[in-house]
Amino acid sequence: MFAFCEDPSVLDTLSWFACYLTNGVHMLFYASFLKVLLLLAITAPVALAFGFAGAMAARSRLAPVSLLGKTYIAVVRGVPDIAFFLFFVIALDQAFEYARHRILCPDWTDPIRQGADFIVCQQAKLPLGTAPQWVHQTYAFFIAVITFSIVFGAFAANVLYGGMRAVPRAQLETAEAYGMSPRQTFWRILVPQMWVYALPGLSNLWMVLIKATPLLFLLGIEDIVYWARELGGTKTSRFSDYPHGDWRMWYFLALLIFYLAMTKVSEVSLERLMRRLSHGQATTGGEAQRRAAA
Amino acid sequence: MKKLILGTAALALTASMAFAGGHAKTVRMGTEGAYPPYNFINDKGEVDGFERELGDELCRRAELTCEWVKNDWDSIIPNLVSGNYDTIIAGMSITAERDEVIDFTQDYFPPTSSAYVGAADGANWETGVVSAQTNTIQAGHIASSGATLVEFATPEETVAAVRNGEADAVFADRDYLVPLVEESGGALVFIGPEVPLGGGVGMGLRESDTELRDKFDAAITAMKGDGSLNALLIKWFGEGTQTY
Repeated sequence: MFAFCEDPSVLDTLSWFACYLTNGVHMLFYASFLKVLLLLAITAPVALAFGFAGAMAARSRLAPVSLLGKTYIAVVRGVPDIAFFLFFVIALDQAFEYARHRILCPDWTDPIRQGADFIVCQQAKLPLGTAPQWVHQTYAFFIAVITFSIVFGAFAANVLYGGMRAVPRAQLETAEAYGMSPRQTFWRILVPQMWVYALPGLSNLWMVLIKATPLLFLLGIEDIVYWARELGGTKTSRFSDYPHGDWRMWYFLALLIFYLAMTKVSEVSLERLMRRLSHGQATTGGEAQRRAAA
Repeated sequence: MKKLILGTAALALTASMAFAGGHAKTVRMGTEGAYPPYNFINDKGEVDGFERELGDELCRRAELTCEWVKNDWDSIIPNLVSGNYDTIIAGMSITAERDEVIDFTQDYFPPTSSAYVGAADGANWETGVVSAQTNTIQAGHIASSGATLVEFATPEETVAAVRNGEADAVFADRDYLVPLVEESGGALVFIGPEVPLGGGVGMGLRESDTELRDKFDAAITAMKGDGSLNALLIKWFGEGTQTY
């Protein structure tokens, strides 16, 4: 990065670190932080959408839809995250490839499972065998987002389901008395009011989601945990211009600070959001706001 | 008229290039990137090491387009068989157990010795606690010896276990341990005997991928024949390493 980095072995400590912390492999480390933030930014709304759909399904009056919603919530919540992550990602990938194989290569006669091998025709590969590495990485990231969303969606569904049931019955009865249809009652009365009941649960989920991002590493994505482990490992002077001992502790300390900062920022913003949502609500929080203003 | 000819020629050229591009399959080379000098991540963040150089040369000789992919050691075989990449080139010793699941090319690295490293000369490698990487021939060897095995997911952790006293000794490929011992300033020393293990290091491929295996096999044979493989071995493992 800097011109004086030609021969790091002669540098004094400060410039050595300036060179060390800006070499190519550290840039990948910094980029992986963005990867984690991106995952959070995409997963949170998608999981919320999954949760909303799940909660709506669970409280549906049609028995099959309700059963579907409740099964989704029960199954995903009941299976350990790690088992789900390890099994589901491979299964999902193979399901996609199998479907494409069926459509794209109808004349293929060889069995798809040959012993341990899972073999589909070249055109059905996802991503294609000729695709550059970044496509493969984006695809893996996409699969990770889906997996995270399904898992956290189930928890969100349960929270939202509870939030919807917590809205005072009197509010809904009044809406009916005004002649609103069930659909109108749902969207105009129930949904705007349920958030305040759901938010404590959802904020909990958000915190757990932040802490769960190191699971990316299990999915073969080079996230901050992978790079912290790789960069912190002992480097000998034969294979690196920046030899050092086992520095994993310091790298993991940096991760710890990052995660603590993330949760602190979230806490503050969620607290603000809660205050906004309580405004004008028939809850203790809303009542306290009204009194303070009066 | 001239323009027309030129235009047609250009079109034909791009078409043939596109055709060739459609045919050329990129061979994805899976490696661990944490086992110098076999494979590691260099300061630029790229895969580097003996196997990087060897793999690039093999691909050149076999006229293949290759791309490097990193994968955890633990799941390196499952990801090969499910098709996430096409080869494993990660210092993997050829063993009968692995050969049941995947196929190997001939060895490109002669059967080598594994060695014990402890924190002091008298460290108990015979009946003490010995660390090794999971799913390696070294771990298998310790499990069947009189010592107590502790397994770790990465080579780095196996050595760290000796440094912090969790294990009495680490058992790994001698070539991996040499630079670490040299630069430890006496904190790590070789102890016990060297143990020859495995049938050499080869490239792993899916059992169904015989065509690709034959191509790499031929390239390895050629490199053994003209001495270029020996030159690479000496470059990365130093004089005195075993050659062909």
